[in-house]
Amino acid sequence: MSGHLNPDVLDRARQLISLYPEPRSALVPLCHLAQEQDGWLRPEAMAEIAELVGVTPAEVQGTASFYDMLHLEPVGTYLVSICTNIACMLDGGLELLEHAEEHLGVGVGGTTEDGMITLEEAECLADCDRAPCVQVNHRYVGSQTAESFDALIEDLRAGRRSDEIPSHGTLIRVRRDGGLRADPEQVARERAAMAEAKARRAADQGGGS
Amino acid sequence: MAVTEAPRIVTARIDQPDSHTLERALATGAYQALRKALAMTPEAVAAEVDAASLLGRGGAGFPAGRKWAMLRSSPVTYLVVNGDESEPATFKDHLLVERDPHQLIEGVLIAAYALQVSRAFIFLRGEFALGLERVQAALNEAYGYGAVGADIFGSGFSVDIVVHPGAGAYICGEETALLESLEGKRGFPRIKPPFFPAAIGLYGEPTVVNNVETMSNLPWIVTHGGAAFAALGEGRSTGTRLFALAGHVRNPGVYELEMAKTTFADLIHAPVLGGGVRHGRELKAFIPGGVSAPWFGPDQVDLPLGQDEVGAAGSMLGSGSVVVMDDHTCAVRASWRITKFFSRESCGQCTPCREGSGWLERIMERIETGRGRSEDLDLLLDACDNIAPGLTWPPQQTTICVLGPSIPSSIHSAIVMFRDEFLTHVKEGGCPYG
Ligand SMILES: Cc1cc2nc3c(=O)[nH]c(=O)nc-3n(C[C@H](O)[C@H](O)[C@H](O)COP(=O)(O)O)c2cc1C
Ligand code: SF4
Ligand code: FES
Repeated sequence: MSGHLNPDVLDRARQLISLYPEPRSALVPLCHLAQEQDGWLRPEAMAEIAELVGVTPAEVQGTASFYDMLHLEPVGTYLVSICTNIACMLDGGLELLEHAEEHLGVGVGGTTEDGMITLEEAECLADCDRAPCVQVNHRYVGSQTAESFDALIEDLRAGRRSDEIPSHGTLIRVRRDGGLRADPEQVARERAAMAEAKARRAADQGGGS
Repeated sequence: MAVTEAPRIVTARIDQPDSHTLERALATGAYQALRKALAMTPEAVAAEVDAASLLGRGGAGFPAGRKWAMLRSSPVTYLVVNGDESEPATFKDHLLVERDPHQLIEGVLIAAYALQVSRAFIFLRGEFALGLERVQAALNEAYGYGAVGADIFGSGFSVDIVVHPGAGAYICGEETALLESLEGKRGFPRIKPPFFPAAIGLYGEPTVVNNVETMSNLPWIVTHGGAAFAALGEGRSTGTRLFALAGHVRNPGVYELEMAKTTFADLIHAPVLGGGVRHGRELKAFIPGGVSAPWFGPDQVDLPLGQDEVGAAGSMLGSGSVVVMDDHTCAVRASWRITKFFSRESCGQCTPCREGSGWLERIMERIETGRGRSEDLDLLLDACDNIAPGLTWPPQQTTICVLGPSIPSSIHSAIVMFRDEFLTHVKEGGCPYG
């Protein structure tokens, strides 16, 4: 099943795997990477991730399906998330969501016909002082009124926000500039030496800790 | 009581332009505490944290020093930082990761040294796209500066830090679910005992899990000493704490306040803080510590912002979020939305939580939308009692984690405080608030 992820993505996937004591830990970060390439999690991508981290494709799918941000179906270029949880509800979040459904002509979970916008009802996005909170592709765009929401959608469709908001799937544009720097054997030696020193100090203090 | 003159500890840098950059952080003293810590013994650093009596800022409020002392000794140990921040109306870690990532990294390094861990992971919720970028960029800078990696500042101490993105699941904030998630699995909480992270944590190795804000306090504690930290606040609630204030106030936002010296009334009404209830309305109720916490009425507004004080009054300071509801708020609607959240986010492992949350949500929805029956109130309380027997505070645990027993908090509070509203919904066949 290899060959679906393009070489650059594959390189980054391998680097991510090397950061963890167990390859499987990179499963979710790799799913994010695959979404960066494809916009959603294609079965071919999940099969390749499975191979990379040493589990079955079913395990990748079973894990991915647990997480709201991992999409097993295609989504629009822009995923618009409107929070309706408590603080946002108190500030008109439900009404904004209703307005969005009407304006976009889709229900929650739906994608507009032009494939540009997928609408999502979100749980708290931790931006509750700017309620009702809206994110586009997980980037905060500040609280919105019905009018500003419509303008936002127009901007998105016209590509006017594309610098600041990459298309769906791209989560972290800053790359780690290198792998692990500390040699594990060196770390093990340091820890052993520290433990010894600690025991010595304890003994010097007459067994106190 | 009043707003005190306590120093700002974790928000000292955030108002500066480009506070997230290494240049700005260095100009304002970043990594000096790390240098100081590296010149001390690890135990001496841990002793300062213990003396500070720093209570964990993630929700449970367990003293960090005591947690560290419980770390089982083993050749391989880990430090995991909890930046999942998904408890509704909590948004303080959001501020810390975006605006002062170097303070967080410095705190993580200090803890990593004190605990002598093999590697540290910073787990951030996936919806923090900017936060993830800021922390990764800061980490790259810190590596370049020699503060992370091999032989840090020539001290002979080495440790790597990895930034790990979550992918959208509230339950991953629960520490054992977080560890499962970090192992590349579904976020299913582990049963404690035996899976206390300090004994059996990440990959089965002893692990300390601490919140972002907890870590962010460490540079100040090392610089000024644990005693200086403990001199702030009162009783067990030492230092300052971030309070995320949301809802119907003039100035919602994150405020750093001296613990136990300031009251909810100060936070909500002081002109330099919340500025009072909006539109000249009255306070109806407030939620003192995240939606898992029982609600308080206006009569409890003079309680100090202290962990034990709030606990003794029947709720919790929890995640440090305070939600203000004005007198136009429908209590049924508010508790219905909170219940819907729990029903959506239950991981499904335990029957009382999985089934109970679904039941409660359906009954609440039918009351709010005018299809309620008069026996529904008893049904609600009965279903709540099945999840958290006796409806005591703190709740009795019937499930693997405390998400389940937290579900009844809002419904039980709303019924006790605003029973008439439920009855009106049923009688009039709809919500009187429109
Ligand atoms: C359902 C649930 C959600 C939680 N969410 C968070 C969270 O988002 N962030 C956090 O730091 N702690 C959260 N906690 C608490 C953690 O389990 C853990 O106690 C905490 O991360 C320990 O750090 P501290 O001691 O520094 O507070 C949650 C607990 C539960 C039961
Ligand atoms: S109480 Fe709920 S969230 Fe916690 S483990 Fe059980 S089912 Fe999952
Ligand atoms: S409740 Fe909507 S962002 Fe927190």
